[in-house]
Amino acid sequence: MEWLIQILNSVQYGLLLFLVASGLTLIFGIMGVINLAHGSFYMIGAYLAFSLAELTGSLWTALPLGIVLAFALGLVLEILLISRLYRRDHLYQVLLTFGLILVFEEMRSILVGDDVHGVAIPALLDASLPLTENLSYPVYRLFISAVCLVLAALMYFTIQKTRLGMMVRAGASNAEMTQALGINIRWIHALVFAAGVALAVFAGMIAAPVSSVFPGMGNQVLIICFVIVVIGGIGSLKGALIASLLIGFVDTFGKVLLPELAGVAVYLLMAIVLLFRPAGLYGRP
Amino acid sequence: MLVARDLHTFFDSSHVLHGIDFSVAEGETVALMGRNGVGKTTLIRSMLGHVQPRTGSVRIAGRDATRLAPYRIARLGVAYVPEGRGVFPNLSVIENLVMAARPGDDRRTGWTLERVLETFPRLSERLQHRGMQLSGGEQQMLTLGRALMTNPKLLVLDEATEGLAPLIAQEIWHTIRVLRDAGTATIIVDKNFAVLSHLAHRCVILVKGRKVFDGPPAELSMQPGLRRQYLGI
Repeated sequence: MEWLIQILNSVQYGLLLFLVASGLTLIFGIMGVINLAHGSFYMIGAYLAFSLAELTGSLWTALPLGIVLAFALGLVLEILLISRLYRRDHLYQVLLTFGLILVFEEMRSILVGDDVHGVAIPALLDASLPLTENLSYPVYRLFISAVCLVLAALMYFTIQKTRLGMMVRAGASNAEMTQALGINIRWIHALVFAAGVALAVFAGMIAAPVSSVFPGMGNQVLIICFVIVVIGGIGSLKGALIASLLIGFVDTFGKVLLPELAGVAVYLLMAIVLLFRPAGLYGRP
Repeated sequence: MLVARDLHTFFDSSHVLHGIDFSVAEGETVALMGRNGVGKTTLIRSMLGHVQPRTGSVRIAGRDATRLAPYRIARLGVAYVPEGRGVFPNLSVIENLVMAARPGDDRRTGWTLERVLETFPRLSERLQHRGMQLSGGEQQMLTLGRALMTNPKLLVLDEATEGLAPLIAQEIWHTIRVLRDAGTATIIVDKNFAVLSHLAHRCVILVKGRKVFDGPPAELSMQPGLRRQYLGI
C-alpha cells in the first residue's frame, strides 16, 4: 500500500510539472524563445494563491482571479518585451528573461515580503481517503492530478483539433506563409505566450497548499522543467508529458529508495535518455 | 486591383528594384517574366508586405498598402503562392486547407473545402497525409487549393509549375485558366511563354530590376528579337 501512495505522489508531481513544462516547451518550440523567467510564473502563482486567498477568503475565488491576472500579465509581457526577442540570438533572450527573474523576485519581496507562507487546503477537499487501517491519501492531491489531466486533454484538443491549433502549428513551421494566408502571427504568438504563463501560474496556485510558498521556489521548478523539455524533445507536448511523469517517478522513488542519490537521479535520467536519443524522446533531430 | 508606383527595394546596400511601376486590373491576368535574378520575386514580395521597399507606394483594392503587414494585405483579397510552395509539412492535407479558410474581403464564399477537393481530386485521396508526405505536384495543388480557400480577388503565383511533371503542370494551368475565366485577377511568374502567351492579358518583363516591356503577349510573339534579348527564348 505504501507503494500505491508513492505512485500517486509521483503522478501528481509529474502532472504538476507538466503544466509548467508544457508552456516552456511550446514557447521554445513555436517562438524559439528560451524563457528563463518561466519558473518565476510558478512562484508568482503560489504567491497569488496566498495573497488572493487571504484577500477573498477562499482559494476557489482566488483561482479564476489568478488565471485572469496571469493571462493579462502574459499578454503585456509578450507585447512589450518578449516579441522583441523572436528575431534575436539566444543570448539576448537569456539576458532579458534572467533580468525578469530578478525583477519578479524583487517585486515579490517588496509586495509580500521574504517570509515562508502556507495556504490552507480548501475545506471541500480537506479530507483523506483511507487506504488501509492506518494509511490514507489526501483528497486534495488527487484533485491536483485530476485537474492537471483535464488541462492536458484540453491542451491536446486545442492544438490538434481546433483551427486555432492548426494556425499555431502552421506558424511554428513557417511564420511567413501563415501571415500570407491572412493570419496575424503576432496575435498567435501573444496568445501562446499568455497561455503558457497562465498554465505556470495556475500550477503554482494549485500547488501552494501542498508545497509551501517561499522565495526562490520558481528556480527549482525552472531547472527541473528544462530537464523535462530536453528529455521530451524541444517543442513536443507529448514528449513533455511523458518526461514529466518519468521525472515524477524518478524523483519520488529516488528519494525513497536511494536517498543519498536523490539529488542527481533526474539528471542521471536525462543523461541516459540523451545518450540514446540526442534530440529527446519526441524531438526532431 | 493593385497599383505599385516607383518601387525601389534594397537588400542592405544592393539596389534590387530600380523604380518599378506595376499594376493589375480587376480580373486581369498578368505574366511577370525575366531571367533568374532580375527581381521578379522581390517585386512580388515588395508589393505584398514581405519586404519593405525603401521608396514607392502600393495601393491594393483602393487602399494604401505600402506599409501594411502581410496578413492585412492578404485580408484585402490577395492570395500568395510563393516559390517553393510553402506547404506546412507538419499539418495534414485537410488541416492545411481548413486552417486557411476565410470568406473573401467582400464576404464571398465561392471556394469551399468541397469545391477545392473537386478541383483537385488527388488531394481528397490524401486528406490525412502530412504535407511532407506529398509529391511535388500534390504539394503544388495543395498550396494552390489553400490559396483559394481564402476566396481571393487576386492570386499571385510564383513559379507554380517549376519542376512539375508535364501532366501535373497541365492540370495547374487548367485550373489557372478556369480562375481567369471566372474573373480572378492573377499575377503569374513562369518560364513557359508558350502557355502564358495564350493565358495572359498582359506581359511584363524585368531586366536587372527595371521594367523593360509592358504590353500584350501578341506584341512579344511578333517580335522574337525582344524575346531572345530579354528572356533568352
